[in-house]
Amino acid sequence: MNKIANRAVMCEVLKEAAARDRNVVVLCSDSRGSGSMTSYAEAFPSQFVEMGIAEQSLVSTAAGLASCGKRAFAISPASFLSTRSYEQCKVDCAYSGTNVKLIGISGGVSYGALGMTHHSAQDIAAMSAIPGMRVYLPSDRHQTRKLFEALVKDDQTAYVRLGRNPVEDIYEEGSVPFEMDRATVLCEGTDVLLVACGEMVKPAKDAAALLAAGGVSAGVLDMYCVKPLDREGLLSAAAGKKLVVTVEEHAPFGGLGSMVCQVTAGADPRRVICLALPDAPVITGTSAEVFRHYGLDAEGIARAVKGALL
Amino acid sequence: MNRLAVKAYELRQNVLDIIVSGGGGHIGGDMSSMEIMLTLYNRMNVSPDRLKDPDRDRFVLSKGHCVETLYAVLADKGFIDLDEVKAQFSRFGSEYFGHPHNTIPGIEMNSGSLGHGLSVGVGMALAARMDARAYRTYVVMGDGELAEGSVWEGAMAAGHYKLDNLCAVVDRNHLQISGTTEQVMTPGDLHARFAAFGWHVIDVADGNDVDQLNEAFDEAERTKGMPTVLIANTVKGKGSAVMENKASWHHHLPDAEEYRRISGDFAARKEALEHE
Repeated sequence: MNKIANRAVMCEVLKEAAARDRNVVVLCSDSRGSGSMTSYAEAFPSQFVEMGIAEQSLVSTAAGLASCGKRAFAISPASFLSTRSYEQCKVDCAYSGTNVKLIGISGGVSYGALGMTHHSAQDIAAMSAIPGMRVYLPSDRHQTRKLFEALVKDDQTAYVRLGRNPVEDIYEEGSVPFEMDRATVLCEGTDVLLVACGEMVKPAKDAAALLAAGGVSAGVLDMYCVKPLDREGLLSAAAGKKLVVTVEEHAPFGGLGSMVCQVTAGADPRRVICLALPDAPVITGTSAEVFRHYGLDAEGIARAVKGALL
Repeated sequence: MNRLAVKAYELRQNVLDIIVSGGGGHIGGDMSSMEIMLTLYNRMNVSPDRLKDPDRDRFVLSKGHCVETLYAVLADKGFIDLDEVKAQFSRFGSEYFGHPHNTIPGIEMNSGSLGHGLSVGVGMALAARMDARAYRTYVVMGDGELAEGSVWEGAMAAGHYKLDNLCAVVDRNHLQISGTTEQVMTPGDLHARFAAFGWHVIDVADGNDVDQLNEAFDEAERTKGMPTVLIANTVKGKGSAVMENKASWHHHLPDAEEYRRISGDFAARKEALEHE
């Protein structure tokens, strides 16, 4: 079992970037510990800005820095970053065209029993609705590294959601298939296509194995790039399938499922079912308990697919 | 004769023309903030020839609705073409609309939603410090805007980081759209409030007086170890009795008779200043 969280990998990539480029700047909102950025702050004090518990100011200040040539990474819990400072993300980052990377840490239901205040189950919908805002949910630590290596080099704003806990590896170090803004085909199948992002990729992959054992051939697509959604990759992978199933750690509206439906409804109409968190405060529990409860674990996904194919 | 004081009335007429052409604008705040922006643009290290100069001073109009005055000042300094602004303001497809955006030469940041600019300025000032550059950052806010909590997040950060290269200006015209600032949401003792956040505070008795503003900006430049804010006491609708101190002129389209009277008032005050 992998013990390295995606956020820890982010810290490593940002330290490497900061050593090469003094314009790399990280801002936190009393969140350097949650973001695994303590070692960055210690190693690069002149390229680190503590903003205190003030997410609006965090994002505006990051935009001011970026407007002066900095590559700003504003790192704050996804729940607060995506809603408390939503307008700053819209106006100061996307609309003003500043190179601010908005990193939502402890995303989804990572904070578990801390409750709805700390869950971000609407961040994909919120951020995707902003013109010019890209939205990424990397799956494992290896893909996280590839994504951040790409993001430190580009000049436009983006929102990235990272979970809090280590997730099992999906890819193998040294051979990670990654192309910016292109979904990764994890496995091919003939009956069903599973499309997942973030922490849901692993259970989707495991569900495909369970389904295979039961005689159902399922392909899996890692759609880490929720916006811009890889339209061609989706349509290509969906071609010929009886069913498309989306899986996401997000409310049922405006997330991956909605965006996949928009593409398939317009270009290649077919049946899609969307597995997501409920339109309600999430039950108390660890991520694994919550996912199991709502059928977002491998067994639940496989069950939903079989039910839909009956 | 103070050349800039006279110029302020020429530009007021341009603002009036822009607003009438576009079918309305935030004329009250445009008039109260005219001398603040005009004074700044005549002392800041900015030029249309050096739009991307890393050492240029930075300006953020946090009260972005007063963009008509910013357009008039930018046109006067050669960044944009006044006739084009007059012809295009608020027209279908125009680049010149009711809030600033940074695809227009000389505008650094998009604004319009209140309470963002001070924290943006904090970022610009921090960048100057990181890069050991001598440029200064100026942020103009409204007094009604100070009800936004995010303003005070920015004020806290500027005080915490002792950003003496950051200067904020509060256009203290005492009016907002629903009435006086005291009626709408008591701003209290602004001097004490900013001082409590670690700021050097300068009360400008007449924020429509170019000389008083220049003296205050000089003092801000001399002030080390803390950010400076000017509480510039201004008059909303400054320049014509038709609109001075009237909340109803926060956003307005003057009719033909009002236009004639306001224009006449501007000309009379300009002429009086020319003979001072």
